Amino acid sequence: MTTTSTQANGSGGTSAPIQERDRVTVRFAGDSGDGMQLAGNRFADATAIFGNDFSTLPDFPAEIRAPAGSLAGVSSFQISFSKHQIFTPGDEPDTLVAMNPAALKSHLSALTKGGLLVVNEDAFTAGNLKKANYPSNPLADGSLEGYRIIKAPITTAAVSAADDLGLSNQNAERTKNFFALGLVYWLYDRDLQPTLDWIEDRFGRLPNIAEANRRALYAGHAYGETTEIADAHVRVPPAVLNPGEYRTITGNQALVLGLITASHLSDLELFYGSYPITPASDVLVELAALREYGVRTFQAEDEISAVGTAIGASYGGALGVTGTSGPGIALKSEAINLAIMTELPLIVLDVQRSGPSTGMPTKTEQTDLLQVMFGRNGESPLCVLAAKTPGDCFYMVLEAVRLAYKFVTPVILLSDTYLANTAEPWPVPDLAQLDQIEVPFRKLRYIDPEEFAPYKRDPDTLARMFIPPGEADLQHRIGGLEKSDISGDVAYSPENHQRMTDLRAAKIAGIANFIPELEVDGPDSGDLLVLSWGSTYGAVFTAVNDAREAGCDVAHAHLQYLNPFPRNLGDVISRYNKVLVPEANTGQLRMLVRAKFLVDAQGYNEVTGQPLSVRLLTEAIQQLAAE
Amino acid sequence: MVLQTPHSPEHVESIIPIADENLTRKDYASDVDTRWCPGCGDYSILAQMQRGLSNLNIAPEKMVFVSGIGCSSRFPYYMNTYGMHSIHGRAPTIASGLKLSRPDLMVFVITGDGDALSIGGNHLLHVLRRNVDVKIFLFNNRIYGLTKGQYSPTSELGKVTKSSPIGTTEKPLNPLSVALASEASFVARTFDTDPQHLTATIETAARHHGAAFVEILQNCNIFNDRAFADYTDREVRDERLLYLEHGKPMLFGEDHNKGLAVSATGLRVVDAHGPDAGLILSHDATRPAPDVHQLLARCAYPEMPVPMGVIRQVTTPTYGDYLDSQIEVAKFKNHQDVAQLLRGRSTWQVE
Ligand SMILES: Cc1ncc(C[n+]2csc(CCOP(=O)(O)OP(=O)(O)O)c2C)c(N)n1
Ligand code: SF4
Ligand SMILES: [Mg+2]
Repeated sequence: MTTTSTQANGSGGTSAPIQERDRVTVRFAGDSGDGMQLAGNRFADATAIFGNDFSTLPDFPAEIRAPAGSLAGVSSFQISFSKHQIFTPGDEPDTLVAMNPAALKSHLSALTKGGLLVVNEDAFTAGNLKKANYPSNPLADGSLEGYRIIKAPITTAAVSAADDLGLSNQNAERTKNFFALGLVYWLYDRDLQPTLDWIEDRFGRLPNIAEANRRALYAGHAYGETTEIADAHVRVPPAVLNPGEYRTITGNQALVLGLITASHLSDLELFYGSYPITPASDVLVELAALREYGVRTFQAEDEISAVGTAIGASYGGALGVTGTSGPGIALKSEAINLAIMTELPLIVLDVQRSGPSTGMPTKTEQTDLLQVMFGRNGESPLCVLAAKTPGDCFYMVLEAVRLAYKFVTPVILLSDTYLANTAEPWPVPDLAQLDQIEVPFRKLRYIDPEEFAPYKRDPDTLARMFIPPGEADLQHRIGGLEKSDISGDVAYSPENHQRMTDLRAAKIAGIANFIPELEVDGPDSGDLLVLSWGSTYGAVFTAVNDAREAGCDVAHAHLQYLNPFPRNLGDVISRYNKVLVPEANTGQLRMLVRAKFLVDAQGYNEVTGQPLSVRLLTEAIQQLAAE
Repeated sequence: MVLQTPHSPEHVESIIPIADENLTRKDYASDVDTRWCPGCGDYSILAQMQRGLSNLNIAPEKMVFVSGIGCSSRFPYYMNTYGMHSIHGRAPTIASGLKLSRPDLMVFVITGDGDALSIGGNHLLHVLRRNVDVKIFLFNNRIYGLTKGQYSPTSELGKVTKSSPIGTTEKPLNPLSVALASEASFVARTFDTDPQHLTATIETAARHHGAAFVEILQNCNIFNDRAFADYTDREVRDERLLYLEHGKPMLFGEDHNKGLAVSATGLRVVDAHGPDAGLILSHDATRPAPDVHQLLARCAYPEMPVPMGVIRQVTTPTYGDYLDSQIEVAKFKNHQDVAQLLRGRSTWQVE
């Protein structure tokens, strides 16, 4: 669909024919020092204000300062924006901005055929070409045929825009990301104002730097206007989203807001014990800046201490939370088991990353499911939840806290690198509409000492009588040794151990009666069910819809509760001939589903450190549907 | 950040949770049967702990004993307080989280030489460095008791144990040196067979505002009997122990006929009635630099008298003091509005 219109914009000037599209995906790629994440985030902000639905995918190297211009130092930011609701940051970009040869080399293969390539030709020096292992200059040797190319002198143009400001050459060059941004704003008809405001806000105290960035932005925009770029001026109309107030949110931000809100809704003081680890560190960092909400953050000496302090805080009656990634979960296992044995509420956030061992710390994966289910000694069941979108991290934290207190149990909430860093528009929740979180020990405190026994249980939930220290005449001891049913005394009898093992299992299994049933999108029964969990929601949802458009009759169900499963999961599965479980691992949920329901579930598995490919998954669904 | 109110002794007294009625030793004893071997030094420590707490009249419901794993770590079961028998080496972490979120509670950690210095070594350093207001009692029997007699990180070089049939090949750690290296604000040593000294040391530690580290020499009569007898036996104590008192000259021996003075390489013993008597040091537990304290910690039998008592006690803000004041200041400076926080820096309306 192509419409032509005349476009007036902030800097005035010529008009260009503008095409309309439903959805566009842009990727900014450059050296770590080129400010690509910043440019991408500004683009996302401008897109949010414009009113598209969008989803972002930042991707950065694990090295903080890889050598400039090297392949190892390439950092990228992808954003997909649409006039419809979207659920993924897109597989393949339509436009690639490459700030240097290394960025081009690393990202060109992702660009759609015939896509638009914006390159900073200034950076294609002999030295940079060599660092990127290019034998000859791709801008000159014809190897980029098939792409539409804008070769812009981004560095020199940015520097000359800042000419009379008296900046060092280095500082002037730093504004090149704003030049690139200005150009892309012109390409996609974005308003400059939100970014100008941001520059003022951020650099207002350094007027020359602010001015240089402003000028670079305008210069990039003007470059787009004045250069003849065929078919490159594109407009994606605003999306029709549910009315309301929106903000941009990443998964890690949502975890932070969820914790503060849970503390508010439960009236429990928040204690967050953590040891820095990518991609969970931001949760610690952001919570540490919120002392006014009574948040006690504790940067522990290691992950064991982090979970230990959270258990101590929880035992004392605070909202004890620890957050980490897979390697940290491995270290915390013994202490999590202590919380299982002592039956204390505890929230464990696992922002999964690519493994095993140190793996690829900045890349995404869903590979901790079996670790959090079974990675502890003894029979040690606990509750496992998984968020499905960045914004869902908020609601799943509330759910984790609700369940941890209702059932007096540790709860592990799974997120991952993708959710942690991906930004999307998020309807701001109405605080007044959120349910209070009940804290049973508040009432138990006034219990008649004759009635009290630490392992006496609520008949509905099997939660034990947990009372924090401080209450007269209720003194008692808990610990990691097996406990006698009801009295909580140390016990070694065979019958008691069997009974307590069964009770611990029954308590967690019983959570299924207090969580929502699994909903199915699509036919209620039939040939094929696609069953997913966690952060792959967006990719799977999109692939299922694409497959439907291609004529497949396929149902989709997505799990946010992994232990226990929703009580109707077995029933849902039994209504389809085939079950496909797509996962960013080698088949962990599939293994659980097969074991539990004796169903021959098939897998679609990618372990690449990247989100699932919608295109390949769609093909897999079509193939299985056709079998 | 400088905190305005240093904690005066009066203030510290005022933050100890005191029981309403007068309690006796028995009020601190739980009804759980003790399970240590007959003759174990832990019994005496338990009795003196109960006595010390009753002397202070601390409210039992405001006390929590947190322990790791080991014979010593069974201790909380026998106290009529709150308690958690946790996992090996990690008690300082649980105690830290508990104390920081519940400043009104008195938190004691019970640990062993393996628990504190081997598997939990990292946590011990950091809880002391941070000066979290918990009192740590390390029962040092220089052996792994619960696992039946393997050597520990305080076992002497060459010691024959079950896991070192021809002697260990590693040098021991000195618990006091470790605590001082972490610049703990309170460092003391006492031993199981001097009930009075033990009780007094427990009480002083309990009244300290900040992390307190107390090494208690404890006899394991099953796997390492008489490990400290050479200097703690009643007949030799006067000669071989140095009972430290803040502000008093460091004297020991029969009728205090010997004292400690500085030498070129550390400390030396001088005749209290001889020409160097004037050089005998007074013990200054409050000295901020832990230098002399380290020299004292290194005094070992047989060359030197073994120091007992409070080696170091300095007043310095705790981790909790800093944290709580940050929270107070932030609450005063910034308003708390969760609904606004949810909205973030900028929002937009979709009509
Ligand atoms: C993770 C773990 N590793 C090993 C053990 C076995 N273990 C229990 S107590 C102990 C040593 C205890 O020695 P110490 O701390 O000196 O205490 P004591 O028994 O001498 O009082 C060991 C190795 C354990 N419980 N947990
Ligand atoms: S083994 Fe040693 S330390 Fe343990 S209870 Fe027996 S005597 Fe005491
Ligand atoms: Mg020991």
